[in-house]
Amino acid sequence: MTLTLGHFLSLGAILFALSIIGIFLNRKNLIVLLMAIELMLLAVNMNFVAFSHFLGDIHGQVFVFFILTVAAAESAIGLAILVLLFRNRSSINVDELNTLKG
Amino acid sequence: MSQTLSASTLLAVPLAPLAGSILAGVWGTSFGGNRIGRRLSHSFTILGVLIAFVLSAMTLKSVALDGARFNETLYTWMVVGGLKMEIGFLVDGLTAMMMCVVTFVSLMVHIYTIGYMEEDDGYNRFFSYISLFTFSMLMLVMSNNMLQLFFGWEAVGLVSYLLIGFWFNKPSAIFANMKAFLVNRVGDFGFILGIGLIAAYAGTLNYTEAFAKAGELGKLTFPGTDWMLVTVICICLFIGAMGKSAQFPLHVWLPDSMEGPTPISALIHAATMVTAGIFMVARMSPLFELSDTALNFILVVGSITALFMGFLGIIQNDIKRVVAYSTLSQLGYMTVALGASAYSVAVFHLMTHAFFKALLFLGAGSVIMGMHHNQDIRWMGGVRKYMPITWITSLLGSLALIGTPLFSGFYSKDEIIVAMHASTLPAAGFAYFAVLAGVFVTAFYSFRMYFLVFHGEERYDQNPDAHHGSHDDGHHDGHHDSHHGPHESPWVVTVPLILLAIPSVVIGYMTIQPMLFGEFFKDAIVVDGNLHKAMEVLRAEFHGPLQLAAHGLTAAPFWLAIAGVGLAYYMYLVNPALPAAIQKRIQPVYTLLENKYYLDWINENILARGARAIGTGLWKGGDAAVIDGLLVNGSWKVVGWVSGAVRWLQTGYLYHYAFAMILGVFVFMTYFVWLNK
Repeated sequence: MTLTLGHFLSLGAILFALSIIGIFLNRKNLIVLLMAIELMLLAVNMNFVAFSHFLGDIHGQVFVFFILTVAAAESAIGLAILVLLFRNRSSINVDELNTLKG
Repeated sequence: MSQTLSASTLLAVPLAPLAGSILAGVWGTSFGGNRIGRRLSHSFTILGVLIAFVLSAMTLKSVALDGARFNETLYTWMVVGGLKMEIGFLVDGLTAMMMCVVTFVSLMVHIYTIGYMEEDDGYNRFFSYISLFTFSMLMLVMSNNMLQLFFGWEAVGLVSYLLIGFWFNKPSAIFANMKAFLVNRVGDFGFILGIGLIAAYAGTLNYTEAFAKAGELGKLTFPGTDWMLVTVICICLFIGAMGKSAQFPLHVWLPDSMEGPTPISALIHAATMVTAGIFMVARMSPLFELSDTALNFILVVGSITALFMGFLGIIQNDIKRVVAYSTLSQLGYMTVALGASAYSVAVFHLMTHAFFKALLFLGAGSVIMGMHHNQDIRWMGGVRKYMPITWITSLLGSLALIGTPLFSGFYSKDEIIVAMHASTLPAAGFAYFAVLAGVFVTAFYSFRMYFLVFHGEERYDQNPDAHHGSHDDGHHDGHHDSHHGPHESPWVVTVPLILLAIPSVVIGYMTIQPMLFGEFFKDAIVVDGNLHKAMEVLRAEFHGPLQLAAHGLTAAPFWLAIAGVGLAYYMYLVNPALPAAIQKRIQPVYTLLENKYYLDWINENILARGARAIGTGLWKGGDAAVIDGLLVNGSWKVVGWVSGAVRWLQTGYLYHYAFAMILGVFVFMTYFVWLNK
């Protein structure tokens, strides 16, 4: 059995679905939320790499590096916000963060 | 055009009275700190009017003798979409004549006021008002465009309002000035509609330019109907004239305006302002000539006014109201002359009437002063012994009014009657009957008043409310004892009477030839001789003023006037018990006249109440229910309800929003995938 493009895309889709479920089912911890977002980006990266390999176009893999870099920066910012949030509200419980409600 | 008039001279004519008015009005009253006294303020205003009169007389001389004309725009106020709003003067025969009449009567009234208002606290204010009136009236007659005409028109209306309510502590005066203002609004509404139609279709407000397009206007029809456009314009304009010149049914304000001081009754409500409507129609003659329908309408309105307002004069007991109804009737005469296309005759009657009616009013004022402010002619009588100058001048004025041959009123009134006879319009038959009957009525009420006031036994002490009710004129004359006999008025009162009596007698004889049959009004008044032959007939029958007077002795109007005087003599001097007996015999008619044909009742109970009912209906139904209830309150209720529903969607949880986004992406993706299949 050989690994086809379909397998890789399926893996990306499964990862993406897991991360979505992670966002919605998570009621407790904001860190889990950030991790789910990272996972979502990885799922996208997986698709990029798979297409790059099977279509023989190196640009897709170059893009993955960019995305990883941006994702690292984004996580840093996300964690910084999280720290500030914890300082202010002494909690990172998602269910308590409903100040967007008008 | 052999000689031109200078713009600065003409500008000085209206501005001199305005300057006087401002001086007396601002610094002569508590408004500017009472800095100038009575003597200074009447000197300033009289000087202003005197300058205006002298310049007007010079203008008249160069217009009449040298054929000078002036038609220029002096200042452009603004240009809106090609429609120019300007201030300018048009001086021709008509304007020059009006300028002289206005300034002369105004000058007389200014001098007279020194005597009449002597005891009044509002002395300076009064002078300021009458000078302001002179300014406004001059702006009205000298204008070369309809906007300035409208300005003058409204300004004289404003001053009239201020002066009728001059004694603002008197509820009846306030009622009267409000009434005058409101009735005039009805007329002005028509007037501005007419001006608007001219502006819309001719594209200009200037007289000369608008009249140049009269031929084109005459071919148009009013949009959506088959009415002639020019008929609609003329009737709208004439409704304006009906308001200002007190024609039936918009005449109701004029008798009540007698609540004001007598000098303004003479100046505004007899001699000048009320003739503005007549002047305007004569000025617009190129338009009115195009519409026989409008001319017929004018004839009917004028003849109703001429005859039926005369009847009311018969039963009035207030000396000023008799003269006021006489003014209404005479304005009706002018109006019918306009209707018969005899515009120059109407303007001629306007001029003679201005002199003798101002004289009669000032004479009445002099009598009122002599009688210690009793105005009821039932408690006068035999005054001629005490007030000889007033007596003689009033007699001359009355003779002029009833049309005694050789007097000024004879020429103008006789020509009107002949013009009615000659006119071929359908309504002219009724008008002829009305003016002919009007001669008898005029003679009767004029001499009823004359005999009751100046002849007969003295009835001063029979006045039931002499001791407490003689403050009708607003003066504080408590120190007078009404048992004192009447006394002649001071020279400031009698000199204007004498000066007005002179033109009242001779002006008709002197000016009939040039004004009616000469070139004086040649370029001011346009008559279509093929359609409206009244002027041609007059010209054919005219052989000089003396022959006209001689002919008048044998004509019906003269004998009707004699009959009227004779009847008045018999009823009020020979057999004074007769009027009361007649009154008892024809009680219903008397009641009808007493209530002025119930027009006030109709106005108050049907028109005013109806308007208020409509207003209340619109307020409750339109404003409160629809606009307030449905639109304003309704929209906030809908917004509140919708936001209440939307609020429920807003949880504030991040994952709910994210879920909505994901869901949206799925929906869109599904949609596009299906679409692209």
